[in-house]
Amino acid sequence: MIKAQHLSKRYGNITAIENVTFHVQKGEILAFLGPNGAGKTTTMRILTCFMPASSGSAEVAGFDIFEEPQEVKKRIGYLPEFPPLYTELTVTEYLNFVAKIKGIERRNRTQALTRVLERCALTDVRHRLIGNLSRGYRQRVGLAQALIHNPEVLILDEPTTGLDPKQIIEMRQVIKDLAGHHTVILSTHILPEATAVCQRVVIIHEGRIVAIDTPDTLSAQLRQSEKIHVTLEAPTPETTEAFQKIKGVISVFHEPTPDGRVFVVECELGHDIRSELASLAVRRGWGLLELTLVKLSLEDVFLKLTQEESKDESKGELLEEMKVGTGTQADPAAPGGTGEASEDPGEPGKKRGSRAHKGKAE
Amino acid sequence: MRSMFAIMGKELRILFTSPIAYVVTAVFILITGYLFYNIVLFASSQSMQIMRTQGALPQINLNDLVFRPTFNNMSVILMLTLPLITMRMVAEEKKIKTIELLMTSPVPITSIVLGKFLAAFAVFTLMLGLTAYMPLLMWYYGSVEWLPILTGYLGVWLLGGIFIAVGLLASSLTENQVIAGFLGFGAVLILWLIGWVSQTMSDSALGPFIAYLSIGEHTENMIKGMIDTEDLVYQLSLIVVGLFVTHRVLESQRWR
Repeated sequence: MIKAQHLSKRYGNITAIENVTFHVQKGEILAFLGPNGAGKTTTMRILTCFMPASSGSAEVAGFDIFEEPQEVKKRIGYLPEFPPLYTELTVTEYLNFVAKIKGIERRNRTQALTRVLERCALTDVRHRLIGNLSRGYRQRVGLAQALIHNPEVLILDEPTTGLDPKQIIEMRQVIKDLAGHHTVILSTHILPEATAVCQRVVIIHEGRIVAIDTPDTLSAQLRQSEKIHVTLEAPTPETTEAFQKIKGVISVFHEPTPDGRVFVVECELGHDIRSELASLAVRRGWGLLELTLVKLSLEDVFLKLTQEESKDESKGELLEEMKVGTGTQADPAAPGGTGEASEDPGEPGKKRGSRAHKGKAE
Repeated sequence: MRSMFAIMGKELRILFTSPIAYVVTAVFILITGYLFYNIVLFASSQSMQIMRTQGALPQINLNDLVFRPTFNNMSVILMLTLPLITMRMVAEEKKIKTIELLMTSPVPITSIVLGKFLAAFAVFTLMLGLTAYMPLLMWYYGSVEWLPILTGYLGVWLLGGIFIAVGLLASSLTENQVIAGFLGFGAVLILWLIGWVSQTMSDSALGPFIAYLSIGEHTENMIKGMIDTEDLVYQLSLIVVGLFVTHRVLESQRWR
């Protein structure tokens, strides 16, 4: 449905994206993942024909974006990072206007309008001025605008920014429901979002694609060790040592939680030592409370990939070192992440990592 | 074509929902009305004087005495008010990023530019139409020659078109409304003032050339009651050039 070949965009000396190549199948949801300023918006703007690429080519719904931009535009719904709303118009007036400029026939307009109003749950506010709506509603009007002409391809630039947790879940549900009928590309810098919504992820960093795959495969490929969290009721000083003696264990360390009862055991791949840990803990009477196998999250994958890039390129540069520094600090496997307040309701503790990405980009 | 009317409709709705159109029209009507009143008072006192000195009622030409200065006043006031209507038209779209919606919709840039121009032109036509009470009053209480008044209106109408086209161009150059408004006003003022420059250079070859470029000269003929093809060509081509350059500016901004 979408084929991008070697897209590059340069602003003077600054390269925004370089050699971006990817394909999206019909009905698929693809996420662009990357820190702010990685080139996600630029790629989307090129695909929507808002701006031309410096080199490379792309095809959307069978039409070349340079040769037949009008045909491409008819088949794309685009929700930019800032929803393009006229605050002086009511929701209905606005959507009617969009319907007209998207070329919907007069007789189909009312029907299209009712459909998107329902789909985006805007029926109640349809006669209100957009300027008086809250951020969440505005975002939904933005989505409605992208959906009104029932486009084959939807391009959503950070569709959940500025929404509250409940609205984020609703928005994700709406996007999930779009799969199958529509091909969706969405960008995000929130990692759990990509895992929650998308079938495939494109990790983009400093204008280049670092990896394209499903979230599961990505984490499986990059996992070098297994981590197990063990919570004990009454650990003794020799606990660490005892754990270390188990075959396959690489390292054991203490999570610095207030009560000091959580241990992180890292072991080689393919060694499932959970039962051994459990029996050891029971035998010694440490009171086993919890035992969890920690999967490598997309966040770890992301940090790993982007860090490797930076290390390869210029080890000596201060800037790069700083980036690596922030990355390590934000490693979610490192202890202490769970206590933080999190914007994301689904996955507490993950926020820490994504906040660190923001820091990196700035 | 349909998308052009969609854009025009949207612009008109915004002009009338936000009070821009009402405020600009009201101020325009107020100022032109006040000046018209003064001109009429002056004209009547002058005619009284003529009557006293000559002892009989001479042929008083209301067209020359009242309407020529009125149309000239209108032109100057339009120079100040029309940039206020056009200044937000493109600059605002860029500021609040709605330009992304327009540029990613299957709408040719020509439709965007023409739609916006026609919307501003429609409001302006309404403004001008409201001043029709002036000739109607004069016609009711005195005797006026209608044709020169109509050509005068045509001249001011086209002049307004130029102001709008230039204002739209100014608006497309920036995303700051104040800058757009001032730039539009400045550009129009320069087009007007070069008429004066030409007077000081009247003996050189450049003089007539610069005089031809000035807006004032061309409108003046129509206000006097004369329609010259040269003036029509000048005014229409200035509108077309303004809109064309706006189109080019919008197109080129994609490439940056």
